[in-house]
Amino acid sequence: MAVEEHSAPTSFVQKYIFSQDHKVIGLQYIFTALFMAIVGGGLAVMIRTQITWPEKAMVTPEAYLSLVTMHGTIMVFFVVSLALVSGFGNFLIPLMIGARDMAYPLLNMLSYWTIVPACLLVLVSFVVEGGAAAAGWTAYPPLSALPEAVPGSGLGQTLWLLAMALFIVSFTMGGLNYIVTILNCRAKGMSLMRMPLTIWTYFMSSILGVLSFPPLTAAAIMLLLDRHGGTSFFLPDGLVFNNEVLAHEGGTPLLFQHLFWFLGHPEVYVLVLPGIGITFDLIATFARRPVFGYKTSVYALVVVGFLSMIVWGHHMYVTGMNPYVGEYFSVATVLITAPFAVLGMNLVASLWRSRIRMEVPMYWALGTVAVIGLGGFGGLFLATSISDIYFHDSFFVVGHFHLMIGVVTVLSIFAGLYHWFPKMFGRVMNARLGKLHFWLTYVPMVTLFFLMHLQGMSGLLRRYYDHSIYEFQKPGQELALAITLLTYTAFAAQGIFFWNFFRSMFSGEKVGENPWNATTVEWTTPSPAGHGNWPGALPVIDRHPYDYDPAAAEDKDYNPQGVVA
Amino acid sequence: MRRLLAYSILVSLPLTACGGGDDPAPAPGGGSATPSATPENGAQTGGTSTATVKDWDPAAGTIAVTGSVVFTGDTPKRRKLDMGSDPKCEGMGDGGLDESAIVGPSGELANVFVWVRKGLEGWKFATPTEPVHVAQQGCTYTPHVLGVQVGQPLEIGNADPVSHNVHSFGKKNPGFNQTQAPGSAGLTKVFNRSEVLLPLKCDIHGWMSTFVGVVENPFFAVSAEDGSFDLGQLPPGTYQISARHEIFGLQKQDITITADGGPQTLSFSFSEE
Amino acid sequence: MSESNSPPRNPRFGILFFVFGIAVVGTFALGWLPDVKSAHGHGIDGVIRYLLGTTGALFLLGCIVLGFFVMKYGRGEAQTRAIVSGKAQALWAVVPVLIMCAISEVGVLVMALPVFGEVYGEPPADAYHVEVVGKQFEWLVRYPGPDGVFGEVDHEKVHETRNPLGLVKSDPAALDDIVVRGKVHIPVDRMTVVHLRALDVIHSFTVPLFRVKQDTLPGYEAFTQFTATEAGTFELACAELCGLGHYRMQGSVIAESEESLQNWLNGQEPWL
Repeated sequence: MAVEEHSAPTSFVQKYIFSQDHKVIGLQYIFTALFMAIVGGGLAVMIRTQITWPEKAMVTPEAYLSLVTMHGTIMVFFVVSLALVSGFGNFLIPLMIGARDMAYPLLNMLSYWTIVPACLLVLVSFVVEGGAAAAGWTAYPPLSALPEAVPGSGLGQTLWLLAMALFIVSFTMGGLNYIVTILNCRAKGMSLMRMPLTIWTYFMSSILGVLSFPPLTAAAIMLLLDRHGGTSFFLPDGLVFNNEVLAHEGGTPLLFQHLFWFLGHPEVYVLVLPGIGITFDLIATFARRPVFGYKTSVYALVVVGFLSMIVWGHHMYVTGMNPYVGEYFSVATVLITAPFAVLGMNLVASLWRSRIRMEVPMYWALGTVAVIGLGGFGGLFLATSISDIYFHDSFFVVGHFHLMIGVVTVLSIFAGLYHWFPKMFGRVMNARLGKLHFWLTYVPMVTLFFLMHLQGMSGLLRRYYDHSIYEFQKPGQELALAITLLTYTAFAAQGIFFWNFFRSMFSGEKVGENPWNATTVEWTTPSPAGHGNWPGALPVIDRHPYDYDPAAAEDKDYNPQGVVA
Repeated sequence: MRRLLAYSILVSLPLTACGGGDDPAPAPGGGSATPSATPENGAQTGGTSTATVKDWDPAAGTIAVTGSVVFTGDTPKRRKLDMGSDPKCEGMGDGGLDESAIVGPSGELANVFVWVRKGLEGWKFATPTEPVHVAQQGCTYTPHVLGVQVGQPLEIGNADPVSHNVHSFGKKNPGFNQTQAPGSAGLTKVFNRSEVLLPLKCDIHGWMSTFVGVVENPFFAVSAEDGSFDLGQLPPGTYQISARHEIFGLQKQDITITADGGPQTLSFSFSEE
Repeated sequence: MSESNSPPRNPRFGILFFVFGIAVVGTFALGWLPDVKSAHGHGIDGVIRYLLGTTGALFLLGCIVLGFFVMKYGRGEAQTRAIVSGKAQALWAVVPVLIMCAISEVGVLVMALPVFGEVYGEPPADAYHVEVVGKQFEWLVRYPGPDGVFGEVDHEKVHETRNPLGLVKSDPAALDDIVVRGKVHIPVDRMTVVHLRALDVIHSFTVPLFRVKQDTLPGYEAFTQFTATEAGTFELACAELCGLGHYRMQGSVIAESEESLQNWLNGQEPWL
């Protein structure tokens, strides 16, 4: 199927504001995510400051809960999803499959412009009466349903729900676009088993997202109705505030948790899988050899995707859900370690008999492999329902999910930015600054979230405004200062990145079509790629995506996947 | 054509997305809606008097109005306050007895808020600027029942070494819920609609609550331990005097004061509903 | 950059992974779990240590291999092309799958199931029963009294100081119930069953030194059970975000001898 042709844009507004070009839209997503990352990162700095020096009472307890809630919401949906899934997905998919653009360019533009009001709602919610939502990014009712339960559950929570509704609409539009494009718009000769692994991960990620978001949409609507429509989907009889029983009856809070986590669990794979895919591609490119176990990796991705949809209950072991149901979820969840082991092994084995070029993107990619291992293994402690009794709601959970959806993803985003920068802007980013940025980001981030595992093991609980009240939290609290200083370092280090990124856009060293000698077809377009991606005919694919040969001479050790006439 | 379609979808999206929310939480600070007309909460009813409103002249108040409140029925049990959920509160010593139902040996009922609900519509009272103080001390509120005029500042201080949160549960006035760290500056609140009684509660220490009678005029009192109250000196006229207890509900009495009638004594009686 | 003379090399980057693996495994090995004071708690710690041992070994192995590969293949020497048959690639997938399944399911099924039975199984007939109700921001504790039955409650009757749990006077079983804020007295060496409810939002009853955690859900009665193995006072905290006071929902579990417990109970006045 040919992509819906759209003529080259002429006006500034068509080119850069309401563009239908997947590359521009991808960059719009990425820039928006970078801005929201500053907000989200700033919130992290405030959170760490409060809990390291609680006696200073930097913020009030109710404001602190808004900080943690919005930090989570912004980072998951408006930074990682926006940059990695929406941003890079849009930018890369047509380029890597040899298409001129996405299957539905107009829908693509709408998906971005739906996100912008969502971002605005999120930001505005900070300044409304009662402050931003404060029931956690998980928004469990009754806390999130009743304004009397916490100040953020006033207008702030309503705005949060509306922002999430817009986000889901945007994501669904994008996900559908990705699936259709990948299935129908591949260049001639690109069978599914000749797609780069990056594209496979976007494919799986989109399917997971499209299937799992609807229950959250339902939950959000039901929560809005409970809040404003007098319904009681999630609110049982007998809720007491100030000696008065509320009028609600018949609902159960557990229903929300099932609906939320039915999305929530696949969502983390939606975020992580593209990071893993990008890591595979970068390793192949810079190790100058094919990915080890391409086929088994594809199968592993499909199995991970399938399993991720049937394990959501592992977030709910201690909720009061039937423990035998919990045991099922436990057995199923630990099974996910199996395909993950395949992916991890294949990542490492892709270095065997290789010829590594330590360009800047490779630092990030290799670093990601180690974090996938650390974070992945940590998951086992939480997946096993009996040990989760101890770890639930502790900092072990915080450390684990940050490593997976906050470090693996962020490292991949940076890897991708350094790697595809030439394709975006026709230049390279400064390598010296890139390596400095790597060290000042990688070491602090990995260390600080690893330390949180130790805090969790010693008993430190999450979402606590002040840990000093309890004796049992004192050992964990001893690590807090170190974690906070590492947080400050990592946050400040991003200044190096922003400087490098924006400066290189305008005065970085110019490069040609294929500065990394890579084989995938995006490197057969001009740098930067223009309207329609290939000036002439589309490439024709005649081989698998990683035809590198570490035995050959250095400048001839690759055969591009696509032949451009 | 397609561009037009795209722009119209973009513009209408926010409008459809906003369909979910209904009335948001009450507006901050001063409520701007029309005053409620429900008779239970001390609001002014619609102008029954067509006379012009005059600034209050203290010389006009000539007849003293006092009274007492009794409780009929078995004296309710008065328990010692259990502060077991906060060791710091426990450590501050005896928290005293539960103040929600204080009945004396002869049935004297304390902490009843008595006020002039109707009859002073012809007068305009200046809004006092002097704040009324509520103290959080020893993990209790002092006083337990108090009165404040519409627009008059209420200052809540935290003299304790623990955090408290002040959570208002007013039905007419916008709610608020704010934490005060130990030794933090006082919280000042102003209520713009009359409401009797407006509960303030500490969520952190559930046994802590205080009740504020927000009224239009300075003629209010809280009955003492011996059940007595003193409303001050009122001008001759017809009045409705109301009395509310936090548990035992509302009582009303209509009285007529004449210039030569002499001081008036009222009696209110409450019982377990 | 293909334009420059030769690509950048940095084989010593592999050292990062050796350091990483050793640092992670080493710091975990220092031991971070607090003391355990309940019977099933030893089982939970056993599962945790099993997982630490197995995943730690695998992680260390992975880091060593990764570091070794980066050091060896980062030098830039030409390599003979690695042609691995599909069969070999499949084998390298199947074997790790089997190993991971074995390790992880052994953890869940072999090590954890017995503990599962202790935590979620039927309590013995002589178990001690106590009720804990979570509310913003404290724990209300109810003892059933000499009749051993928890009386009826009606939330319409709840009043913070007059009737915090809403006990129904007309129910004879409620007349001997004892209501206390924040203090859970339990026996040592006899199974305690905690009945858990909540009045307003979701809370979670956790006593870390007992390895106990169970959410309290409004509109629902949950249970958790454990046997204290040592006398003492143990901190009780909330483990589910419940509002601005979540961080200070303080309570204590006082485990004492049967005699001491009975003396305390006898000294309490029933609420009603």
